[in-house]
Amino acid sequence: MTHAETKRQLWYVQRISAMVLACCVVAHLAIMIYAVRGGLSGAEILARTQGSWLFGAFYAVFVLGCAAHVPIGVTNIAEEWFGVRGFKSTLIAQLFTWGILILGLRAVWGVIAS
Amino acid sequence: MTKTLAVSVWRGKEEGGFVSYEVPRRDNQTVLDVITHIQRNVDHTLAYRFACRVGMCGSCAMTVNGKARWTCRTHVSQVAENGKLELAPLANLPIVKDLVTDMRDFFDKWARGLGQFKGSRTRKDEFEKVRPDSKARMAADAGIECIGCGVCYASCDVVSWRPDYLGPAALNRAWTLVNDQRDTQLVERMKAVAGDAGCHSCHTQGSCTERCPKQLAPTAGIAGLKRQLMTTPAGGK
Repeated sequence: MTHAETKRQLWYVQRISAMVLACCVVAHLAIMIYAVRGGLSGAEILARTQGSWLFGAFYAVFVLGCAAHVPIGVTNIAEEWFGVRGFKSTLIAQLFTWGILILGLRAVWGVIAS
Repeated sequence: MTKTLAVSVWRGKEEGGFVSYEVPRRDNQTVLDVITHIQRNVDHTLAYRFACRVGMCGSCAMTVNGKARWTCRTHVSQVAENGKLELAPLANLPIVKDLVTDMRDFFDKWARGLGQFKGSRTRKDEFEKVRPDSKARMAADAGIECIGCGVCYASCDVVSWRPDYLGPAALNRAWTLVNDQRDTQLVERMKAVAGDAGCHSCHTQGSCTERCPKQLAPTAGIAGLKRQLMTTPAGGK
């Protein structure tokens, strides 16, 4: 696959993941505002989230969206503002992808596992 | 007493500095008139470029008070701030001397984006019928009046960040040809304009559309290329 073709595909991945993230952010904010109301403790949050696979699935999608979206944007910033190209920019993208995936999914697991 | 303008003009090449001149203020004076006055009456060694003086040839574009503009149709009254003008060569292009830039990169990129028309008919064939109200022809017409002045190219941040980026003018040209039903190079052209040297690097910031003296919208053309490329691979599979 040519470099141009890879970049073309990544552009659409970034746009589609942005649409997914926009929906996730709206749902996340709405749930937060609804759930908090008169104040909410950590224990109360965990009581609601633990064992909820629907909650887990929603935030897993959120994490996957971030893991697809963020590295492409960060690579563009690295290339355009700091002149990082080639192997180094790929490495930055990989670091962000795996970092977000591991930390994000671990966090999701942390709040749903009972 | 005659009113005067305080004009700062870039002198030199990449290395150089601004030199101040005093120029008489006249009615309906354009920025190009100001430069011509300096060159003819104050300093004959000042280099600048112009040809038609009526907004057709696209050769007199410069940076006026920090923004790229066509100088022949920019009135001093539109741009002078407190009777002051600062004139510099176009950004994102190498400086030849004073206000003259080397436009080779700019036009080479038109060629790299396959900006040449290539049809299939000869002079012996019938004319192809193109409906002026067809969607494609209207899209082509919207971008066809580009005069190649380089204002969009000098105003584009992506050009300054990615030296291989084709730039708004070349991509606008490609878009007009993508919408020309007579042209035969669609597949090759889509390959040429894809990826980070092409339309996918555009951030839709819109400086090109904001500054285009012909009120064209390269941003819209680039968005059109991105839409078209959603279903067309950039080749090399």
